[in-house]
Amino acid sequence: MDNIAGSKSSLTWAVHISVAVLVFLWLFPTVGLFVSSFRTSDQIATSGWWKAMFPSVQNLQLRAKAPELQVETDGLYVIEGNLFAEDGRDQTEISVYGISSRAIDAFRPAETAELRKGGTITVEANGDYLMEHTEAFRGSRGQRVFVTAEIPPEFTLTNYDTVLGKDVVKRLVIYFAAAMIFAFVLRYVVRDRAGIMVAALPTSGGLALLLLLILVFGLSTGTVEGAQTGDSMAKAFFSTLTVTIPATIIPILVAAFAAYALAWMDFPGRALLIAIIVGLLVVPLQLALIPLLKLHLQVGIGKGYLGVWLAHTGFGLPLAIYLLRNYMAGLPRDIIENAKVDGATDFQIFVRIILPLSFPALASFAIFQFLWTWNDLLVAKVFLIDATGETTVMTNAIVELLGTRGGNWEILATAAFVSIAVPLIVFFAMQKYLVRGLLAGSVK
Amino acid sequence: MHPALQGLLTIVIGVGGCVGYFYFSNVLLDRVIFPARGRDMGRNINRANMVRPWLFLFPAIFALGLYLAYPVAETLRLSLTDRAAGGAFVGLANYQQMMAEPKFWEALRNNFMWLLIVPAAATGFGLLAAQLTDRIRWGNLAKSLIFMPMAISFVGAGVIWKLVYEQRPVDVEQIGVLNAIYLALGGAEPQTWMTIPLWNSIFLMVVLVWIQTGFAMVILSAALRGIPEETVEAAIIDGAGPFQIFFKIKVPQIMGTIMVVWTTITLVVLKVFDIVFAMTNGQWETQVLANYMFDKLFSANDWGVGSASAMIIMLLVTPILAWNVYNARKEMR
Repeated sequence: MDNIAGSKSSLTWAVHISVAVLVFLWLFPTVGLFVSSFRTSDQIATSGWWKAMFPSVQNLQLRAKAPELQVETDGLYVIEGNLFAEDGRDQTEISVYGISSRAIDAFRPAETAELRKGGTITVEANGDYLMEHTEAFRGSRGQRVFVTAEIPPEFTLTNYDTVLGKDVVKRLVIYFAAAMIFAFVLRYVVRDRAGIMVAALPTSGGLALLLLLILVFGLSTGTVEGAQTGDSMAKAFFSTLTVTIPATIIPILVAAFAAYALAWMDFPGRALLIAIIVGLLVVPLQLALIPLLKLHLQVGIGKGYLGVWLAHTGFGLPLAIYLLRNYMAGLPRDIIENAKVDGATDFQIFVRIILPLSFPALASFAIFQFLWTWNDLLVAKVFLIDATGETTVMTNAIVELLGTRGGNWEILATAAFVSIAVPLIVFFAMQKYLVRGLLAGSVK
Repeated sequence: MHPALQGLLTIVIGVGGCVGYFYFSNVLLDRVIFPARGRDMGRNINRANMVRPWLFLFPAIFALGLYLAYPVAETLRLSLTDRAAGGAFVGLANYQQMMAEPKFWEALRNNFMWLLIVPAAATGFGLLAAQLTDRIRWGNLAKSLIFMPMAISFVGAGVIWKLVYEQRPVDVEQIGVLNAIYLALGGAEPQTWMTIPLWNSIFLMVVLVWIQTGFAMVILSAALRGIPEETVEAAIIDGAGPFQIFFKIKVPQIMGTIMVVWTTITLVVLKVFDIVFAMTNGQWETQVLANYMFDKLFSANDWGVGSASAMIIMLLVTPILAWNVYNARKEMR
């Protein structure tokens, strides 16, 4: 549009660079969390995550074998082995080493150091060491050696094992691979007689559904097999799912009927009702907390899933009605009038014509509501989580981790990443509908 | 009962109940109350059609009334009563008590700062990103990535940014990006960013700006595409530069959309709770109204003052509410 008449803007490269910078800035924090979730607590504590991709120079404190393992040959007491093997690490190249914490870089590899308690030690570049002394080595623990070595980048799944249960991630990957193969084989085999399920599989929505099912399946086996710690997120994951799905589905139907009435039926007070709904759209949820909690306690719902489902339904309705009404009002009048002439009732028109045609708007709202209920903390805290702490949602579990384990970044990062993974999958798979919904909801 | 089973049951009951209600109430209306036969056939059909909208609307109106309209009135009532005194009417005592608390004024001050900075920054960045990404081939990918934080919960975003702001002692390597950059640029010693008043609020705002920019970008980008090309062409023929085109031709034409984005983000800011709750919980002078209210409600158990602060949030939202309703009614005509 700006480069008409074939004159390319001279600012093109500047645009490319600016966009790259923007994207980098916006992506960087999330990538940090993602990378951190695959690092051990040692790694996280000693170096920034942005260095995780490169080999890092680290100062390690290793120990030789304990003196009790020394061997005597010809009056010479000897302890030998490999420092890295002793510590269960992979071998790397030592650049300098030392035997005192005050001078950790005193010796080069293959140089021989005099031990303070007598004897000598020689450390080779590959970590092999040789301790010699004319008298027996004493003490219960092995000699400390400080080495400076280049450690190759290393990633681990142990954090996920701690947070979700043992081997859950591995199982998820296997399930996912199996499901994909199955889906594609199925699609290939029944290509020409495609039913709805098969047709849905290759679409992004179908893929997202598949992924979610895999997640649920994989995580549930994790819970069954145990290996849970106090930090278990698997349970919180299920609670969140239990909160989210009914809270997404129920408001859609209620809103769809109301939206149809507001869009296509004539009755006194219609304009006023629409105005009220637009007004309710912005009423802060904070206002509803105390009165509704009181109400729930009075009528006996108390704190629990039922309460949180009802609350989410109520809070989601204005947006649902607004979005759906705007969409339905834009449907062609001819279709509806033709149906009426043919003798269809309002109920039939709604179910047979309006509902299928409104699928994009329904999908938009469903995504909104899903993201909103999945990510919600306030409503769950007020209406769901009671003193027993039996039911919790992931956002709340993370807030609790922040309080009790603020320093354990490996746990925190992994837990947070598990909780944002599902919305991210939904987001990337259904972005089209999300954008449509945003546009319908705001630009009018 | 297992919660998942309970959930499934609720879906079935909820969905089945809805469908059943709508179906049977229609049948009842058409066959029993106003049957479309006999002597009054014509009149009955008309009558049924007058009642039917309310059948369709009833569940929604009931839920809206119970879950949004009633609480507004009830909160107003609660803010004028004292829970400890058995719900006795105390006039404006709760408001007076709240006004006397320095924490409340701190929350109000911070909220105004959030209101000034976050909508402006998010809309600005969003406009910038929309304009830039519309002109390049990989723009859609870039948009997707900038839009992504919208899917991340405020709590998740809190953790993400806490890692960015993390601080370690001076003699150890920094693991927070901000401190690493600060030291690389010649800072003397790492800062605990979350405890420096004023700056910590700004660092919390960064999180919300980060989330909301994508929203602004998506909407403004659609608006930019809706600008008639002739206006831009005319400007180019008249010799306008890219910046002039942007500021003098494009921005004025999408001013309405910019206002919509601005007010939408303003609404989010007024209700911001999770970010502050997860990252500082209002310590170190970062309190905001929504978190202050939550504190009063569930830590101090003071429903009077909690309701009063909720009413303050409602009061701040009211102008936007009125503006939205006004606009909606204008469109309807």
